[in-house]
Amino acid sequence: MYTASDLRKGLRIEIDGVPYLITEFQFVKPGKGQALYNCKLKNLVTGATLSKTYRSNDRMDEPQLDEKTLRFSYVDGPHYVFLDKNYEQVPIDADVLGDARFYLNEDTEVAVLYHNGRPIDVTLPTFVEKTIVRSEPGARGNTATNVLKSAWIEGDYEIQVPLFVEQGDIVRLDTRTGEYVDRVSKR
Amino acid sequence: MRQVLEVRSRVLQAVRRFFAERGFIEAETPVRLAAPAPEEHIEAEPAGGAYLRTSPELYLKRLLAEGWPRVFEMGPCFRRGEAGRLHQPEYTMLEWYRAGADYLDVLADTKTLLAAAARAATGGTRVTYRGETIELLPVWDCLTVRDAFLQFAGWDPVAACDADRFDVDLVGKVEPALPRDRPVVLKDYPAARAALARCRPGAPPVAERWELYAGGMELANAFSELTDAEEQRRRFEAANAARRARGAPAYPLDEAFLGALERGLPPCAGVALGIDRLVMLLSGCESVEDTRTFCFAER
Repeated sequence: MYTASDLRKGLRIEIDGVPYLITEFQFVKPGKGQALYNCKLKNLVTGATLSKTYRSNDRMDEPQLDEKTLRFSYVDGPHYVFLDKNYEQVPIDADVLGDARFYLNEDTEVAVLYHNGRPIDVTLPTFVEKTIVRSEPGARGNTATNVLKSAWIEGDYEIQVPLFVEQGDIVRLDTRTGEYVDRVSKR
Repeated sequence: MRQVLEVRSRVLQAVRRFFAERGFIEAETPVRLAAPAPEEHIEAEPAGGAYLRTSPELYLKRLLAEGWPRVFEMGPCFRRGEAGRLHQPEYTMLEWYRAGADYLDVLADTKTLLAAAARAATGGTRVTYRGETIELLPVWDCLTVRDAFLQFAGWDPVAACDADRFDVDLVGKVEPALPRDRPVVLKDYPAARAALARCRPGAPPVAERWELYAGGMELANAFSELTDAEEQRRRFEAANAARRARGAPAYPLDEAFLGALERGLPPCAGVALGIDRLVMLLSGCESVEDTRTFCFAER
């Protein structure tokens, strides 16, 4: 159990069985009035945000959260199969991974957040390398990095790359934004 | 940091000069005390079998009762558990009390004091805070709490005060809607929010209390002081009962203060002003912590 005085930015609390992260926190207290603890919360399962005001005597549940490091192995239908440190197979549903699944390569190490034993969120390495499987044609010899075109990585996932990037190239992507960082190797 | 320290120093000097010029005496009353004034939502920090003061109010009123007509004190006060942009558990409070005055008389003092502090700190009475230019003279908006709530929150807390909703709407709806380009005063609080203010009879009665806002911050709180000993005892007991009801400790009653009221406190009014917030306004600091020379975490 947490009390209102434990609340701060970055704390994880549980509301009605759902884990939330406090993304913004403000202590306010009108003159002669009660202390109010204004929180912006992010639902750790759906990503939805909500605002909530707590009072001094409120109590918050502490979520049972675990983090495990897993390595991606292979896709089995709707399941993405990872290996834990004992090489045990751990399947994770595509809908838990969301778009993160498109950034996986064999052996990509991810941090998986579990709530009451159920995987709810997957954190990728900040940068991953992916092969371009298809791209729009770009003007040959154009090395400008500020003009972008569409390209696709495995899974038919569309990204934006500079004009000089071509099919077969390996590029580095920032998984937080999905943005192109640089070209690692040329076809 | 250097600039903030200079602003703070000039503000402290300007405050002392202001009161000296007007015949006030500066008092130093106990910081560690046995009986802090019971207020429902103010937590005193325990200190060696006693408490650190949350305000010098009760002692300053005793000086008035003993015949000093004009007193002020500026020094550290402590409130347990208060920490945020506008709060620190240790902060500097200025309080002054004047016999024969009511809450609107001390509003005039406050206006002159703020102008004097601003001139001393910045050379003028126009300050810029959080991107907003605020003219500290000459016009201050003055709204009744009733009008402000009717306009910005859609209900009248003076007719019937829902205490929880009052706090939530005050910080969530009323304060954000107040003009930011000049100081604003909210006055005439619901009787349930009188604290130590005198209530003016009427239907419904209102507490002769105001709060001053500038730069989006509550800078000062003032009362026409309650001088009725019996009523004061009832309010302390009600505050202690409300504290017990929510699991907070009740505080011993300050019988020396209540005795002074029984013997006679002259009609008077007083103001409590947060010096750190005034320094924020005059130096552009974002938080109370930024105005303090050393912060708690560094010790």
